[in-house]
Amino acid sequence: MKGRDFPVIFELSTPGRIGASYPEPDVPRRPLNALLPADQIRQVPPGLPEVSELDVVRHYTRLSHRNFSIDEGFYPLGSCTMKYNPKIHEDAARLPGFSRLHPYTMPEDAQGALELIWELEQALAEISGMDRVTFQPAAGAHGELTGILMIRAYFEARGERRTKVIVPDSAHGTNPATAAMAGYQVITVKSDARGNLDVQALREAMDSSVAAIMLTNPNTLGLFEEHIVEVEEIVHGRGGQMYLDGANFNAILGVTRPGDQGFDVMHMNLHKTFSTPHGGGGPGAGAVGVKAHLVPFLPVPVVEKEGDRFRLDYDRPQSIGKIRAFYGNFGNLIRAYAYIRSMGADGLRQVAETAVLNANYVLARLRDRFDLPYDRLCKHEFVLSGTRQKKQYGVTTRDMAKRLLDYGFHAPTIYFPLIVDEAIMIEPTETESKRTLDEFIEAMRAIDREAQENPQIVHDAPHTTPVRRLDEVRAARQPDLRWRGG
Amino acid sequence: MKAEPQPVAATPRAQHKYIPATEAERAEMLRVVGVPSVEALFADIPAAVRLRAPLRLPPPLSDPEVMTALGALAAKNLHADAAACFLGAGAYDHYVPSVVWALAGRGEFLTAYTPYQAEMMQGELQAIYEYQSMLCELTAMDVANASMYDGASATAEAAVMARDLTRRDEVIVSTAVHPEYRQVLKTYTRPLGIQVVEVPHRHGRTDGETVVAHLSERTAAVIVQHPNFFGLLEDGRALVEIAHRRGALLICAVAEPLSLGLLTPPGIWGADIVAGEGQPLGNHLNFGGPYLGMMATRREYVRRIPGRLVGATVDVEGRRGFVLTLQTREQHIRREKATSNICTNEALLALAAGIYMAALGPQGLRKVAELNLYKAAYAREAIGALPGFRLAFDGPIFNEFVVRTPVPPEEVNQRLRREGILGGLPLGRYYPELADGWLVCVTEQRTRAQIDRLVAVLEGIR
Repeated sequence: MKGRDFPVIFELSTPGRIGASYPEPDVPRRPLNALLPADQIRQVPPGLPEVSELDVVRHYTRLSHRNFSIDEGFYPLGSCTMKYNPKIHEDAARLPGFSRLHPYTMPEDAQGALELIWELEQALAEISGMDRVTFQPAAGAHGELTGILMIRAYFEARGERRTKVIVPDSAHGTNPATAAMAGYQVITVKSDARGNLDVQALREAMDSSVAAIMLTNPNTLGLFEEHIVEVEEIVHGRGGQMYLDGANFNAILGVTRPGDQGFDVMHMNLHKTFSTPHGGGGPGAGAVGVKAHLVPFLPVPVVEKEGDRFRLDYDRPQSIGKIRAFYGNFGNLIRAYAYIRSMGADGLRQVAETAVLNANYVLARLRDRFDLPYDRLCKHEFVLSGTRQKKQYGVTTRDMAKRLLDYGFHAPTIYFPLIVDEAIMIEPTETESKRTLDEFIEAMRAIDREAQENPQIVHDAPHTTPVRRLDEVRAARQPDLRWRGG
Repeated sequence: MKAEPQPVAATPRAQHKYIPATEAERAEMLRVVGVPSVEALFADIPAAVRLRAPLRLPPPLSDPEVMTALGALAAKNLHADAAACFLGAGAYDHYVPSVVWALAGRGEFLTAYTPYQAEMMQGELQAIYEYQSMLCELTAMDVANASMYDGASATAEAAVMARDLTRRDEVIVSTAVHPEYRQVLKTYTRPLGIQVVEVPHRHGRTDGETVVAHLSERTAAVIVQHPNFFGLLEDGRALVEIAHRRGALLICAVAEPLSLGLLTPPGIWGADIVAGEGQPLGNHLNFGGPYLGMMATRREYVRRIPGRLVGATVDVEGRRGFVLTLQTREQHIRREKATSNICTNEALLALAAGIYMAALGPQGLRKVAELNLYKAAYAREAIGALPGFRLAFDGPIFNEFVVRTPVPPEEVNQRLRREGILGGLPLGRYYPELADGWLVCVTEQRTRAQIDRLVAVLEGIR
């Protein structure tokens, strides 16, 4: 039976309606063709919807009801750190002194913004163990590119030609994609039986043609790289650089610093660890910290403090240049700054401790029902496998993830990392209460029971969402990427 | 009564409002995990790399203290509500209707993640699909993606896309393209071995003959900005023809998309890729970010476009629904062979831009574009008539223009600053030949009184 389509806004359009008001010009209105050549004047207006203000409000409010967010419920999406986003951050970011500040305002009139950037840099350098931090990258992957380009510039300045970047087989897809964008050949190194980077394999892959290794630590299995000290010796021993993908920084705040582990560069996903909202997939902010030897290569400008004044330094001849216009996603820097000021040193350590405790608790209560590919203490997240359910009951990880939606939870990350069959990656974060975790655990256990007793209900899930399982194959084979009417 | 001596207890940690776990719950959870203490959960971190002392950070602040601290920083900035702002140059002070952030700022949108579970994320997915559709309408292109970081990085990614499409390794870029866009272009293309050839502008515009002189069989794309960095309109049709004649693509960077409410869109005059900055569409100035990278192209290039795409499909009951699609181009599937490494994009700002375009509609967009045009024309004429000041370039503009000033533009700005006016951008830093060049922007936000006041102050400068 065909259900009812929810309208797209174009279908609400009625010619003649408008949802915004503007004044008549208070300067002389001249004939358009006195100001513009005829062929530069748009002949056919854009086919945008014509709707009233209330139409707009109702439409987007109804869309918001068809969305799931942290404000509504638990979002155990591994490697994404979906923690609570404090409301005060939004008030702070909307202060007109920030939101209405033009990026080309002279530095003497933007001292508050520059001071915030400088202070945030000091704080993140301390938290990460790095010497300086740039805020220009707009997201984590953008930070990766910035970091790898600095490594590239570093070797070029030394007259060294290195052509490869090592990436573990458990890495985020952004890591190999970034290395390729920076012009490097990607060498994949496997993981060992305990979920660490295989040290022997690393030793074999590491030679003087390798510019860097890109590691995530804790890695995407939620495991701390136990041999990190040895890895550092091998990589630095052959003159390579250590890059940390900081997506999992939440697990180690105040416990260990990447700079102390020997990393030369790292990016920090401010939208994850430092609680700026994800916005349905952005904006993010991928601050990049570097050790002293890489400071000359930071993107321009760099904020410098002189006495009690702050200035933008563009005069940096070895800089990689610019990776984005202006200074980065400043709005998110305000939120991250407010967060760090709210937490303090002890608060940040409690974040890591609680995130790790929550993850281990959920793991302890699910381990008898799901396969556990790496049986160790986890950090802030852990990876299960749905192979048992698939083999015994014909219910896949995707099916179980969709069934979780019926229980009112967002699904965990699935089918990642690629090295685990039927992977289910769960990250509770520190902002979830034991009660919420218990409810989630019960849902996961109930789904396992259903898989056994009534696999069809899992297989056909979700049943309660605004739409049911969507035809992704059709979407890819017959791409419909814009509304065309009718 | 005499108090019994009490043992000194460790100071209990204050419960933080963002962390719900109580001491009792922690103890219970530790018992279930089977470890004696929280510290034991970190036993896998080698002692050599464990932090021995607490982080050196300022003490934590309560909420009122946070707002006081941030309010004090914000108060040190001269913003566009406190001074008449004549700055543009890639960041524009436009009116943002209240509906835009009242809706985009709803927690359901703000605190959601990338819509990986389509069935419970139809709101986000549909809003992005609608944004893609509106951007196609605005630019007259066939397909648009779900967003990029900003106009500069979108332009750079467009160049890489053109390289992949044409299998040629050089791009020509006009110096009338935003200097920061060109800097980002160089940063992105250099490691890939793509040559960037800059062609000088002629009287503020891209000169077809100069482009022809630089075009070769190696040229993947010609990159122009429209309206360009000096505010002037380019002759897009002629440039497309020149580029296509040698098999190169034409990439049009758009820093001021509101202009398209009034100007012939790039899709009509034949651009192959539009890479734009969407900040003017409902987003605040934010000291340069977050902004919205826009990208649109022709249908036949869809499998080479970087970033996310939302597509319409149906569910098992035949209802229309939306999903992320064509993901085999993306890094999480394709890894080092992906079209780009982009993952997190600017989805919320794309959604806000959709709301903005929906609220204005074709009539509103036209009206606000005309306001920009009329006010900028009024200011341009008045300043051009002042003794000592002269317009650097002739030709039609949208809302920005370059003035040559009788004293260095930095000094002009200092004078204006004392009168509560944020003057234009001095161009000398980017264009040594325009050391007396001053880029002035007049949006619909500037009143006639503010423009007259600007002109009056300038009149006193010789």
